[in-house]
Amino acid sequence: MTQVQLQENANVPAHGMEPAQRNWREYFGFSTDHKVIGIQYLVTTFIFYLIGGVLATAVRTELATPESDFVSPEVYNSLFTVHATIMIFLWIVPAGTGGFGNFLIPLLIGAKDMAFPRLNAVAFWMIPPAGLLLLASFLVGAPGAGWTSYPPLSIISGKAGEAIWIFSVLTLGTSSILAGLNFLVTIWKMRIPGMGFNQMPLFCWAMLATSALTLIATPVLAGALILLAFDLLVGTSFFNPTGGGDPIVYQHLFWFYSHPAVYIMILPVFGMISEILPVHSRKPIFGYKAIAYSSIAISFLGLIVWAHHMFTSGTPAWLRMFFMITTMIIAVPTGIKVFSWLATIWGGKLRLNSAMLFAMGFVSMFVIGGLSGVMVAAVPFDIHVHDTYFVVAHLHYVLFGGSVFGLYSAMYHWFPKMTGRMMNEAWGKVHFALTLIGFNLCFLPMHKLGMEGMPRRVAQYDPKFAAINLIVSIGAYILAVSTLPFLVNAIWSWMYGPEAGDNPWQGLTLEWMTTSPPPVENFESDPVLATGPYDYGYGDRRTQVEVPLSDAKDPVLSAGPSSVLRADPDPAVAAHPDDRQGESKNR
Amino acid sequence: MNIPSNITTLLVGIVLTLVSLWYGQNHGLLPVAASEEAPLVDGLFNMMMTISTGLFLIVQGTLIVSAIRFRRRKDDNTDGPPVHGNVPLEILWTAIPAVIVLVLAVYSFEVYNSMGGLDPMAHSVAHMKSDKHFAKMPGAAIAATLTDTENINQQASDEAMQDPATAAVRNKEIPQRRDASDIGVTSGRIGSSPDKQGTPPELVVNVTGLQFAWLFTYPDTGITTGELHVPAGRQVLLNITANDVLHAFWVPEFRLKQDAIPGRQNELVFTPNRLGTYTVNCAELCGAYHGAMKTQVVVETPEEFDSWVKEQQEVASKEALDQAVAVNSADRSASEFLATYAEEMGINSTMLEQLHTSGDREAHH
Repeated sequence: MTQVQLQENANVPAHGMEPAQRNWREYFGFSTDHKVIGIQYLVTTFIFYLIGGVLATAVRTELATPESDFVSPEVYNSLFTVHATIMIFLWIVPAGTGGFGNFLIPLLIGAKDMAFPRLNAVAFWMIPPAGLLLLASFLVGAPGAGWTSYPPLSIISGKAGEAIWIFSVLTLGTSSILAGLNFLVTIWKMRIPGMGFNQMPLFCWAMLATSALTLIATPVLAGALILLAFDLLVGTSFFNPTGGGDPIVYQHLFWFYSHPAVYIMILPVFGMISEILPVHSRKPIFGYKAIAYSSIAISFLGLIVWAHHMFTSGTPAWLRMFFMITTMIIAVPTGIKVFSWLATIWGGKLRLNSAMLFAMGFVSMFVIGGLSGVMVAAVPFDIHVHDTYFVVAHLHYVLFGGSVFGLYSAMYHWFPKMTGRMMNEAWGKVHFALTLIGFNLCFLPMHKLGMEGMPRRVAQYDPKFAAINLIVSIGAYILAVSTLPFLVNAIWSWMYGPEAGDNPWQGLTLEWMTTSPPPVENFESDPVLATGPYDYGYGDRRTQVEVPLSDAKDPVLSAGPSSVLRADPDPAVAAHPDDRQGESKNR
Repeated sequence: MNIPSNITTLLVGIVLTLVSLWYGQNHGLLPVAASEEAPLVDGLFNMMMTISTGLFLIVQGTLIVSAIRFRRRKDDNTDGPPVHGNVPLEILWTAIPAVIVLVLAVYSFEVYNSMGGLDPMAHSVAHMKSDKHFAKMPGAAIAATLTDTENINQQASDEAMQDPATAAVRNKEIPQRRDASDIGVTSGRIGSSPDKQGTPPELVVNVTGLQFAWLFTYPDTGITTGELHVPAGRQVLLNITANDVLHAFWVPEFRLKQDAIPGRQNELVFTPNRLGTYTVNCAELCGAYHGAMKTQVVVETPEEFDSWVKEQQEVASKEALDQAVAVNSADRSASEFLATYAEEMGINSTMLEQLHTSGDREAHH
């Protein structure tokens, strides 16, 4: 199908009502509008995030004292298993890719919708049933073999809960494959004319890398889980040593997906941060190409590092060295991104609003996770801390300090575009402060716990760790409370918040060039690129739209470093300023 | 933006380096080191900690300075300077992490090697047969199976099965060891200090993990026990396996960990060098009472160790005499055997019940 045909077909049959007429009921229906689906994803996954958070709080309540006294050890294992499964498969992955990916990608590339709108709806509607199924497992004895579900434990412990876990994760995996396919085709084929790959906003690059990773890695997880289901329910021995199977093979297959899954969780957030920092720093993103290509590099390298989860499993000695080196190399593209973000911030005019604070919090916290990531890549040290609280701390710094901080930042940043209303800044700052304090109180001491000798996934532990664990639990409670200001703020602002206008942040990417919320087919007329997505600071102007178009022809500017990001404006369009990028008309 | 090179930057850099160097050595995050391998790991960690502290301070410092110095002033609606990139700077900070990673990889490799990670003689030493290490070469195992005249894996397996001290327990408790096609597969091991590479371990202990206890058998002396005793200063080889689910043998003070995998045998070599009693944890989730799966490793002087061995042998022979009258010792399951150790290991009645049910379940297989 050609690009033109895809664009033509994107909205046949047409979507439901215009945003102005939209009511809350549409968000519960089978809409094919990518914006409705994106918000459906975000709200659904946020609800699961809250449920996962409740489970985490229960886990920390149990661990506040050394004895196993709050819940039984079996229930404890179910709590952390379901907590992890929800947070990964029902919150971070679908919120980052499905939620923001769906809402933003067509807007950022000037498309009317995703390439396959109905497939998009199907992908979303697999999530609520899969999530409810997982939660229903508590009625029959929830899975308790950890989110990794290693055999033989997963085969011999409670069958019903484990089977439910497998089918739930399989469904969620299928959903993410469908979504990934859709993103790939959309980004590849549906960009507006004039937007080459090097003129794309960086979030699109990130989603491109993520989708490729999803398509390559997720089927392997599906394969592993289907074989595990056979072992569990039919009595085959793929992984069961009792019949001659090899549990290590499962670990290879599982981590072939689940390590890339970390990048599926963090790459979209890298993209969001690359969108948010330039807008609120009022500076172009530093090193556009470096950031864009490092996403692709991370995506590729992410596929060849999985065995670093198995350094203590009895992998051959030489293999450990190979995976140690590939794992460490990932620090290079990641480092490039971090330094580029810092250079973007440096010397700007920072608007320290909630979105920016969370974005800077993201950089700050993610770096700690990244540094401990290099540490655990080193085989001799990993052998000491593998499966301990050090790893728990590391992964939470990456996935909470990284992904969740980034998702919060994105929510504050794009809330006006999604709802047409502003969020309350004061409450946003309270939210940020509580999150930052609670998060660090909760996860920083875990590094010490792990190195001193506390294994992970234990309901009871040596009393000498009691004091640190109490601090960690208090941090967890603060973290739990920190979601409340956000929740109230989001709901209240959605209903009563001040009108946002089309472009409250004076952003230059295309989504800000249409109304808030955007109309059904996104743009009143076909958008035209007059500047690159990050051309801040050219002349004394606040928004792109106030610049005379001839500015783009200015020899000083076109010779500047941004020139590659500029498309020549269409003279026919330039003759009609009202048709340019939307905003002046909408004012 | 130019690469900053003024005097302030220099001073900040010096302070940063000093702070990093100090904190890298004084973080106080690691427990005491009780094996010869531990200081190697600690050295690596201290170096990583030094580098991490430096990078951490640079990033946080930049963020905080930016937040203060570059925050938007009231009524200032202008944009920042349109800086899109700076090739020398970008090359510099691609090169810095690349070099750091390279240095860390080489250092880690050295440490790993010093711990015996890549000792080509490791396997020949383990089994005291010079041809054994060929089994670990890629393709060798397959070739052996094809010719079928000398299946090295099978030999290893048979030897493991013949092991006098563990055979009784294992044959009874580990059905998969009879059925598994790859019985006796030994996976890569680590832990053999440089000066001792190429020499046979001075003490061999077979370690079996089972829900929710560790079982240690000393093949040379026939002792079976629930807590590990090792003499200080002697190289110890652990043959680690499991009979139900995955477990992981971990002594934080030794800085060593190895998964115990049913159907496989993994090896761990270390030299304890600090007297004391340390906790052996199970680090791999193994079921409801995973957190309680602990025992002790006692590092004692060689004399104390010898007298302990003698003591255990006396107890064992006495018990055997008693049991010859009362019960057939071969009929004792691991859980029954462990009951005697339950009290001292702090295992409660719920756990024992669980242990029995899991034992029953296996019996029904």
